[in-house]
This record gives sequence, structure tokens and C-alpha cells, in this order.
Amino acid sequence: MRNKKMLLRIKKHWQLYLLLLPAVLYVAVFDYAPMYGLLGAFENFKPYLGYLRSEWVGFLHFERFFSTNAFAKIVPNTIKLSVYSLVAGFPIPIILALCLNYVPSVKFKKLVQNITYAPHFISVVVLVSMVNVFFGTNNGLINGIRDSLGMDRILFIGDPDIFRHLYVWSGVWQGMGWGSIIYISALSSVDPGLHESAIVDGASILQRIRYIDIPTIVPVIVTLLILDAGKVMSVGFDKVFLMQNSLNLSASEVIATYVYKRGLLNAEYGYSTAVGLFNSVINLILLITVNQISKKVSDIGIL
Amino acid sequence: MRIFGKDRVFVFLNYILATVFLLIALYPLYFVVIASFSSADAVVQGKVLLYPQGITLSGYKAMLEHTEIWSGYYYAILYTIVGTIINLICTIPAAYALSRRTLPFRWGINLYFMITMFLSGGLIPLYLLINRLKLVNTFTIMVLLGAVNVWNMIVCRTFFSTNIPEELIDAAKIDGSSELGIFFRIVLPLSKAILAVMILYFAVGHWNDYRTSLIYLRNTGKWPLQMVLRNLLLSTQMEIAQGNETSAVDQLLKIQSMKYGVIIASSFPVLVIYPFIQKYFVKGVMIGAVKG
Repeated sequence: MRNKKMLLRIKKHWQLYLLLLPAVLYVAVFDYAPMYGLLGAFENFKPYLGYLRSEWVGFLHFERFFSTNAFAKIVPNTIKLSVYSLVAGFPIPIILALCLNYVPSVKFKKLVQNITYAPHFISVVVLVSMVNVFFGTNNGLINGIRDSLGMDRILFIGDPDIFRHLYVWSGVWQGMGWGSIIYISALSSVDPGLHESAIVDGASILQRIRYIDIPTIVPVIVTLLILDAGKVMSVGFDKVFLMQNSLNLSASEVIATYVYKRGLLNAEYGYSTAVGLFNSVINLILLITVNQISKKVSDIGIL
Repeated sequence: MRIFGKDRVFVFLNYILATVFLLIALYPLYFVVIASFSSADAVVQGKVLLYPQGITLSGYKAMLEHTEIWSGYYYAILYTIVGTIINLICTIPAAYALSRRTLPFRWGINLYFMITMFLSGGLIPLYLLINRLKLVNTFTIMVLLGAVNVWNMIVCRTFFSTNIPEELIDAAKIDGSSELGIFFRIVLPLSKAILAVMILYFAVGHWNDYRTSLIYLRNTGKWPLQMVLRNLLLSTQMEIAQGNETSAVDQLLKIQSMKYGVIIASSFPVLVIYPFIQKYFVKGVMIGAVKG
């Protein structure tokens, strides 16, 4: 009886389900089917045998991964890179938004906004090429200037320590304008009456920022901080891979690039699947943990 | 804005700070432009700082003679157009259906999509699957991968549920419209703003993507522009960093002169339309933030 009612309801809305169909099918094939492939993390996986007939090895791949030098290297590399990105990149869009909020000239404000958003649309290949344009050893602008001043050339792009700075600050350059949009819109939602009465009370702009603007954007800050903190163990593949070379590898090998090399270039499918799975499990735990903490502390959560 | 005496200093310093932000964002872009019109020697010696030196178009000429770039352009345009259309077909109708409160099992279907934001099989299982489906090295995978973007779907869903009044849909139903008729004839014409945002998001995503071709396209002849650029601009850089300078020298001289032109040419489509579409992009961020 109940099932029949359900079927009737579905039948009545079949056209809505038709609209859902392409997306549901795509997600089933390209998102859910690969989750089944995670079985490979516990197997000595051979593609010609498939997931059901490959030899079961339990947690062997994980044990192997934890005991390698790579583990001791790439996990700290990943965390260092993303924590540095977070610490350097998080406050700057907020400062930019607060700054633009008190630029009296609307035209100038628009100009700064439009120019600072632009780098967001540059592809990662072009971005990394631009890093090389400025910091390249033989053809880079900075080394060109140093050379003409009689100073030695510096091997920026082959230096593990400098790699981190280049990675993080090129990211800040690309993302600061775009990141500020959300704060600018939050600031524009402040009740003008608050500012009016603060001015009547003789508050300076700095005091208004401290007591009106910042409290307004705190919820946005907390939400974004949660999202970012949840990503501490996931450094994206694209940019790191392009910035890698054999000289800076000791700092630039992260989990994503390691999985790519061991899995696709060396065809160690089971092992690399295990490393990838380890990474996503940690990511999920992190996300849930920071979400819980933030719910406790500030009543703001995203899940 | 009214400015009072004690705030004058602040506003003045604030203008300076805003100008610093402006220059930091602008200068690297500006430098690439002036370097592209300058002689390669002057650039390498660090003489080109504020304006072009030894003005020449030789870099652009060398670039135009490079056939790989042309084929890269061709494939990038192809993948971008077809890929964006597939993105729209998968994302927009589904987002609309999910915005309808009358949809049975709405919560469950939402969950079905949301889960994929937090859990995934990862690179290797996905690759093995695509390999098994015989989609490696095909046009299909270049335009199909990433067809559903759950985040953008949520943005669209939010747009539909806040901008399309339920009464409108009810009225159309009373007039005898089918659900599909409502979607195509009433909802879509009212949703041009979100369609513009999505087309731009998806198109820029495809245009700038190199990873899909790195992993799934062995056939270098079908590489899109970004992948061609990567090989052109960054592989030589790697060899230099590894000390193989002599082997790369020939290739390098050729590339050195056209490097800046190539960077501009590849960003050109996006940067030319950028001033016109910038407000749409911003709109998309806002709609997404409402959900937050």
C-alpha cells in the first residue's frame, strides 16, 4: 500500500526526475563507481583480475606507506604548504576588503576591485610561467636586475625553501581580490544607522572598524576558516606539479603529486589508492573536527 | 562619505594602502605585456621595467609560426564549447528539480549529490575506471569529466528557490503546463543571470584546465592550449633547473622570444571578455555565499 503510494508520487513527478537524470547518472558513474575502486587499497590490485579476484592484502599498503621515507617527507610537506598558505593568504582579503570599504572615491574603489580580481582568471600554467618570468635563473627579471647590478644570480626556482614562498605568495597574489568579494559584500550589509550613530558619538574610523565592521564579518571569517582548516591535508595537484623540479623536490613533493607518480607513472595501483584513501580519510576527519569545534565555540557550523 | 578631521590621516593612509594593492595586482600583468613587445635581450638583462625597450613584434611572429599553438587553440575552443554545454545540461535542470519543494525524496537526492563533496574514490580508482570504460585518449573524456559540479549546482538551486516564486509555477500548472514546459518556457527565460554566471564559470574552467589532458590524453596532437603551453614554457624550465642547459638551449632560444606573447595569447580570450563579465562572476560568488 505504502509502496504503491510512493510509486504514484514518483510517477506524478516523472518529468522532474527526467531533469535530474543526466546529473544522477554522471555522479553514479564518475563519483560513486570509483568509491568501489577503493577496495583496491586493500589488494594487490591487478587491472586484468579486477577488484573481486585480486589478492587481498589487508592493510599492507598502509603499513608500507607509513614506514617509508616518503611518508615522513610528503605529509609534513603537505601540511607546511597549506598551513603557510592559510596563514599568509587568509588575512589579506579581509584587509583588502576593510581597506576598500573606506575608500571614499567610488571610481577608485571599482578600479582596485576590477584589477585585483583579474589574476583569479589566469590559468595555473600561465601563473607558474609568470613565476618563472620573474624568478627564473637565467631569464628571470629579478636575476636580470641583479646581474646588471653586478650581483650573483640566485637559483630561486630550484631552492626547496624558496619554493614554499613562491608557491604561497603567488597564490596570495592570484587569490586576494577574489577572496575579498565575500567580505566586501558582508561589509555592505552593515546597517548604515550603526555607523551614523557611531559617528555622532564621535567614533573614529578605526573604532568603527573595530566595533562595527569586524563583529559583522566574524561569522563569515569563522565559516571560511572552518572550510580552509578542513583542507589542511589537501594541497591541490595542479600548481605544485607545475612548480616541481628535481632540485626543489624535497619541499615540493606533496601527497597529491606522490599519488600521481606512484599510481599513474609507476602503475602501483593498490599502493597509490591506499595513499589517496589515507589522505581523504584524514581530510574528512579534519573537516568534521573543526566543524564540531566551531559549533561549540561560536554556534557556527557548516555541516 | 563624510570625513572628519581626525580621520583624515586614516583616509590618506588608506588610499596609499589601496594603491599598493592595486600596483601589486597590476604590475606582473603589465610587465608581461611590455615584455612581449620588447626585444628578448633587453628583457633578459632586466632593462624592461616600466615601458617596452627595443620595440619588436618578433615574439608574436615566432608564435604565429608555431603550429602546435594553433592546434592547441583549436582543441581548447572545441573542448570548452562542448564541455560547457554538457556542464549546463547536467547541472541546470538538476538544480531546478532540486529547488522544487514538491519533489519526492528531495532530501535524499540532495544528500546523494552532497556526499560527493566530501567523499571520493580519488585519482587512481577514477583513472582505472575511465581506462576500463575505454575513455582514455578520447574526446569524450575531455568534455565529460567534471560534468557535474555539485558546488555550482547548489548555487543554481539557491538561485531558483529564491528567485522563482512557487506561485508562478502553481499558476502555470493550473494553466495546464507540464513540468518540462514550465522549466523550458518559464523558468529558463527568467534565469538568464544565473545561466550567464554558470556559462562563464564552466567555460573558464575548461579553458584553463591542463590536468585532464595531462592524465587522460596521451595523444599530443589533441592537446588543448594549456597543455601545449605547459610543455613549451615549463618543460624547458625544468631541464634548466636540473642542469641540462645545453640540451635545452636550442629549444630555449626559440621559446624565449615568444614566451610573453604566448602567455598573453592564452589569457587573451578570458582577459578581453573579463571587463564585461566581471560583475556576473561576482554575482555568482554572492549567490553561493547566501547558502554559505
